[in-house]
Amino acid sequence: MSAPTEATDIEAGLLDQQLIAGRLQAAGQWTLFWHKFKKHKLAVLSLVIVGLIYFVALFAEFLAPQDPAKFDPRFTYVPPQAIGWFVDDGAGGSRFQPHVTGFDIKVDAKSFRRIFTPKPSEIIPIGLFVKGQSYKMWGLFDADIHLIGPLEKNKPFFLAGGDRLGRDLLSRTIHGTRISMSIGLVGVSLSLIIGMILGGISGYRGGLVDRVIQRVIEFIRSVPTIPLWLGLAAAMPKDWPPLQVYFSILVILSLIGWTEIARVVRGRFLSLRSEDFVIAARLDGVSEFRLIMRHMMPSLYSHIIAAVTLAIPHMILAETALSFLGLGLQPPIVSWGVLLQDTQNLRAITQAPWLFVPGICVVVAVLSLNFLGDGVRDAADPYAK
Amino acid sequence: MPSNAAPNTKPVLTVKNLAVEFPVHKSVVHAVRGVSFTLSRGETLCLVGESGSGKSVTARAILQLVASPGRITAGEILLDTGSGELDIVKLGALGRGIREVRGRRIAMIFQEPMSSLSPVHTIGHQIVETILLHEKISKEEARKRAAALLDRVRIPNPEAALDRYSFEFSGGMRQRAMIAMALSCNPEILIADEPTTALDVTTQAEILSLLRELQRDRGMAVLFITHDMGVVAQIADRVMVMFKGEMVEQADVFDLFERPQQPYTKALLGSVLKLETPAPRPPRPAEESPIAEISDLSLHFPLNVGMLGKPAAYLKAIDGVSLTINKGETVGVVGESGSGKTTLGRTLLRIYTPTGGQVNYWRGDGVEVDIARLSKREMKSLYSEVRMVFQDPHSSLNPRMTVYQIISEPLRTNTAMSEREMRDRVAELLMRVGLPADGGERYPHAFSGGQRQRISIARAIALRPRLIIADEPTSALDVSLRHQVLDLMRGLQDEYGLSYLFISHDISVIRYFCDRVAVMKNGKIVEIGDVQQICERPEHPYTQTLIRAVPRPDPRLRLSAPA
Amino acid sequence: MLLYILKRIAGMIPAMVAISILAFTVIQLPPGDYVSTYAAQIAQAGETVDSAMLNSLRERYGLGENVVVQYFKWIGGIVTRGDFGDSFEWNQPVTELIWGRMGMTALISVLTLILMWAFSLPIGIYSAVRQYSITDYVATAFAFLAMATPNFLLAIVLLYASTMWFGVSVGGLFSPAFENAPLSLAKVWDFITHAWIPIFVLGTAGTASLIRVMRANLLDELHKPYVEAARSKGMPEGRLILTYPVRVALNPFISTVGWVLPALISGELVVSTVLNLPTAGPLLLQALKSQDMYLAGAFILLSGGLVLIGTLVSDILLAISDPRIRLS
Repeated sequence: MSAPTEATDIEAGLLDQQLIAGRLQAAGQWTLFWHKFKKHKLAVLSLVIVGLIYFVALFAEFLAPQDPAKFDPRFTYVPPQAIGWFVDDGAGGSRFQPHVTGFDIKVDAKSFRRIFTPKPSEIIPIGLFVKGQSYKMWGLFDADIHLIGPLEKNKPFFLAGGDRLGRDLLSRTIHGTRISMSIGLVGVSLSLIIGMILGGISGYRGGLVDRVIQRVIEFIRSVPTIPLWLGLAAAMPKDWPPLQVYFSILVILSLIGWTEIARVVRGRFLSLRSEDFVIAARLDGVSEFRLIMRHMMPSLYSHIIAAVTLAIPHMILAETALSFLGLGLQPPIVSWGVLLQDTQNLRAITQAPWLFVPGICVVVAVLSLNFLGDGVRDAADPYAK
Repeated sequence: MPSNAAPNTKPVLTVKNLAVEFPVHKSVVHAVRGVSFTLSRGETLCLVGESGSGKSVTARAILQLVASPGRITAGEILLDTGSGELDIVKLGALGRGIREVRGRRIAMIFQEPMSSLSPVHTIGHQIVETILLHEKISKEEARKRAAALLDRVRIPNPEAALDRYSFEFSGGMRQRAMIAMALSCNPEILIADEPTTALDVTTQAEILSLLRELQRDRGMAVLFITHDMGVVAQIADRVMVMFKGEMVEQADVFDLFERPQQPYTKALLGSVLKLETPAPRPPRPAEESPIAEISDLSLHFPLNVGMLGKPAAYLKAIDGVSLTINKGETVGVVGESGSGKTTLGRTLLRIYTPTGGQVNYWRGDGVEVDIARLSKREMKSLYSEVRMVFQDPHSSLNPRMTVYQIISEPLRTNTAMSEREMRDRVAELLMRVGLPADGGERYPHAFSGGQRQRISIARAIALRPRLIIADEPTSALDVSLRHQVLDLMRGLQDEYGLSYLFISHDISVIRYFCDRVAVMKNGKIVEIGDVQQICERPEHPYTQTLIRAVPRPDPRLRLSAPA
Repeated sequence: MLLYILKRIAGMIPAMVAISILAFTVIQLPPGDYVSTYAAQIAQAGETVDSAMLNSLRERYGLGENVVVQYFKWIGGIVTRGDFGDSFEWNQPVTELIWGRMGMTALISVLTLILMWAFSLPIGIYSAVRQYSITDYVATAFAFLAMATPNFLLAIVLLYASTMWFGVSVGGLFSPAFENAPLSLAKVWDFITHAWIPIFVLGTAGTASLIRVMRANLLDELHKPYVEAARSKGMPEGRLILTYPVRVALNPFISTVGWVLPALISGELVVSTVLNLPTAGPLLLQALKSQDMYLAGAFILLSGGLVLIGTLVSDILLAISDPRIRLS
C-alpha cells in the first residue's frame, strides 16, 4: 500500500543510488561496498595504517634492530639517538653516511642516575639490511639480517631509547606489536566463533533459545569486565608457562568479548529471517544449509567484518589494561601492556619519558582500527538507502 | 465541489516559475522545473503525478520545507496576505517571516500519520503548542480550543483524547488529530501531502469527506497532493498533472478527465481507466474441477507469551476460512490491513502452520494431499507446483545475487538440469516476461520496480507451476505499470493453465484480473462470489461499505458528502 | 508505573543470583581451599596451627562438603548476617574493609556519570545539529582520540605532566590533613580539589562515546516526519529541536547507563590503582594478586550489584521519559 512519494525518495538519496546503478549495473556486493567505503577517506587511511601495523607484527624479528631481551646495564634509560645523515670526510667536506653517535656516560653520585651526553666524535655508521644478532624467523629458520641497524654489530643503537635494563625500547615495542595485535586478532577469532554460533542460533531459531541466550548476553554485558577479568586472571596458577598464560588471557578476553558479535549476528539473522527474499528462497525448496550459507550469509559478511574490526581494539585495550596491572601477560613476554608496566613508576617516566612509546602505539592502533571499523560499518549495506 | 469554486476571486497563492534543485554527487537533479499555478479561496487544486514527478517537493517548497541539500533556485511563491503580497521564496527557510506563514496562514498534513506526530508528547500538547505559537491566549483557552477541534474532526471523547499519545490511536484517528492540529490557527491554505495514502480505503473515504466538509465550512484553499486518480476525481476542483519535475497539464477536473490534452495525461488516465473494466477472459467451464479446497482453516497466534510460555490471549489471524480454487481460475482475496489476507496466502504455503482446518490440494499426479498436515519434506515437493509472487519487488529479490542466480535457484533445487540448460531456460524465461535475455548477469539493483516484479514472476514460473499465490503483486508499482504486470500474468495463465490466488487491497485490480473474489475482514471471509456481482451488487454490509469507499476515477461519480 | 518498577525489581533477582554464582566461582577458582592456604601461611610464619580453629573455619565455609552447600553457606552468610567471609591477608572480616572503599568507588562513579552526561549531551546535540561543522569535526576528533586512549595511560600522562611542569603530585582523594577528619565543608572542598583528576581521567573516554551516541541518535531523529510536521507549524528552529528530536533521542541515551556504569567501575579500578585512591580498586587488585579470594569475590558481587541498581534507576528514568514504555 505504500505509494512512493518523490520527496522522500530524493531525500533518502535514492537518486544517488540510481546514478550508481547506471554505472555499476553488473557490480556485485563487494564492488558496491568498496565504492561506498572509498568515500570515507579516513577509513581508507586507517586501512593502510592497520595494514602497516600487522606487517610490523608479522616481520617483527626482521624489523627490530635488536633482540628484545638483550640487556646492557650500561645503557639504563639511555635517551633516543638522533639519526645524522652526513659525516666529515676529513677533508673539510662531508659525505653521506647515515649514523648515530655514541655517548659519554657519567653516573650521578647522589642519585645513581646515569647521565648520557652525546659524543659527536664517536660515529656509529648505520645501514639497511645489516647483519646483526641472529634470530629464528617465526621460530622456523635462522637469519641475522635486520632492516636497520649499526653496521658494526653490538654498537649501541637506541632509536626510541632504552629501558630500565638498557634494552632497546624500539625493538621491544616492535615485538610487543606482534603480541598485542595477535591477541586482538586471535581473541576476536575466538569471539567470532562463539558469537556466530550463539548469535546465529539465537537469531535463526528464535523462541526460548533466543530468550535464554539474550538474557545471558545482557547479563555478561552488565558485569564490570575488569574485576571479572582480573578475578579469572588471578585464579591462574602462577607457575604456568608464558604461552599457557597467553592463551588463557585470550580465552578470558574472548569469553566476554563475544557478546557484541553475537548481538550483531543475531540482529541480522532476525531481520533476514523475515526478509521476503529469504522466504522466497525457502519456497524455492532449498535446503536449510543452503538457505543459510547461500542466501543469508552473504548479507552478513560485511556486518561481521565491521563488528570484528570494532572488537579488536576492545581486546587490545583490555589486554593492555590487564597486563599493565600485572595480572595479564607476564615478562618475558613483551606486549604493549607489559611494556607500559614500566610507566607505573613516576620516577622512571620523569627520567625516561620515551617509555610512553608503546602507549602511543596503542593509541594509534586503536584509533585506526576504530576508524576502519566505522568505515566498514557505514559501507556494510550498500543496498540500504 | 466545482459549484463552490469561485474562479473569479483573486488567488490567495500564486506560484510562478518555481524551480527546486538537489545537488547529487557532482550533478544536479532538477526536482521541480518552471512550475506555475494559482490557488483560490475555497478551491481544491490536486497535484497529481507518479513517483519522481516533483509533486511533493513542490508542496514542500511552498512552506520552505525542502530538505537540504535541495533548494529553491528560481521563481516566486506569492501569498496574498490581505494587505499586499508576500513572496515566500524571499523569506528563506529560517526566521520569523516564514514562521508566521507556517501553521498560521498555510498549514500542512502529511502522508504518515504515525510518524508525523511526536511519539513522546500528548496530542493535546502538540495542538496547544501550535495555537500558543501564533496566538496570545491563555493555556486554558488554547486547551479548550484544542478539545473543540478534536470534537470537530470527530474524535470521540475529545477531552480525554487530549492527554493521550499518538501510538494509542489508530491510523485514521491520528490523521484526524493531525488535521485538527493543522486547522488550529484557521489557516487560509491547507496543503495535504498524500494524506490518505497510508490509510485503508474505508478510512480514506472518511478522511476525504471530513476534509471536504472542513473546507466548505471554512472556505480554505486546499492543495492536495496525490498519485491516485480516483482520489483526484473525488475531491479536485482543478488538477495539475506533473511528470519528472515539470507541469504537464492544468485543467478543470471535468475537462481533465473527459478531454485530456497532453499525451502523458492521456496515457496516465488510460492506465487508470483500463483497470475500471474487467479484462476480457474466457468463460468458466460448466464443470469446475478444484485444485485446492480450503475448509475451516484457522491460524491463531498466542499473545503476551511470558517466560513460561503461557499465552494470555490469541490473535485470530485466520478464523475459519473456507475457499475453493478451481483449475485455471483466478480467485481474488480483498481486504483492508489486518484482515488476514496476506497471512492466508502464506499459510497455504506453510510459511505459517495453521492451527486448525484443512487445505486439500490435488497434485499434478492426481494425488490429493492435505497441505495443513504435510511434513516439512512432503511440503518441499509441493514447492515446485505452488509458487508465490511477493508484494515488494525490492525486498523479494536478494540484492547480493545476480538475476540468473535468483531465477535458477528453484531449477537448481528441484530439477536435475545442467548449468547450461539452466542458462538457456533463464534466458527464455526472461524473454517471456519481457526482459532482455542477457539480463541474467546483472544484479537486481540495475532494474526498475516494474522490471523487478517481472523477474519475480519469472522465478515463480520457472518450474511450470500449477498454482501461484500472488500477494499484492502490483501494489508497490506506479499505476501505469499495474495493468502491464497483470496482463503478463494473464498471458502466463493461458499458457500454463495456471490458477491464481490473488491477494490485494485494491478493488480495481481485483475486478480487472479475477474471476471470483472473497472479501476478508478480521480473519474471516464475509462474502464470496463472482467478481462482477461483488463489485456491483455486494450483499454483505461490510462489502457495501468497502466498495462504496473506493474512489472511482470519474468526477461524475463523485460521492455526495455525507452529513 | 508502580507495577513496571516492581516487575523490573523482580527481573533483577535472577541477575543478582547469577552475579553471586559468578563471584563464588571466582572465589573457588584458585587451587586449594581457603583454610589450607591460611594454615600454610600461619605455619610459614612459624606459629602453631590451632587445629580446633581450623575446624571451626572449615565448618563455617562448609569446606569439604560439595560446592552447592559451600555456595549456600557463603551466600546465606551475606544475606542473613552481611558476612562476606574473612580476608586472610588482612586477617579481618571483609565487611570491615570493604564498605568505606566501595562507597568511595560508588561516589566517584556516580559523580563521573553525572558529569559525563552534563558534557556529552550539549556537545552531542550541537554536533548533530551542525553536522560537518568545525565544532562537529573537533568533537568527533576528540571523541575518537579519547576512545583510543587507555584511561590508565591518561592518568599517568597527567601525573607526569603535573610533576614535570607544576611540581605537584596529584594522587589521592584527600590531603593528608583531611584524610581522617570528620565531614566538613573544608573536607568536601578538599575532596573536590582532588577528585576532579580521577573524574576527568575516568570520564573522558565515556564522555567521548556518549557524544557519539547522542550525535547518532539525534541524527536519526532530525529527519523524521514529526520534525518536519512541527516545523510546518511555525516553531522556531532551536525550540523545535529541543522539544522534539532531542526529547526522543534522549530515550536511548538514558539506557546507556546499562553499559556506561560497568565500564566506569572497570575503569575506576585501573585508574584508582595508578592514582592511588582510597577506593575499592587498589584493595581489589591487592586481593587478587595475593589470591585473597573472599575479599575479591565480595568486590565482584558488590560492583555487580551497583551496576544492577544503576540499570534499575535508568529503567525508571526511561519509563518516566518515554510514554511508549510506560504505557505498554
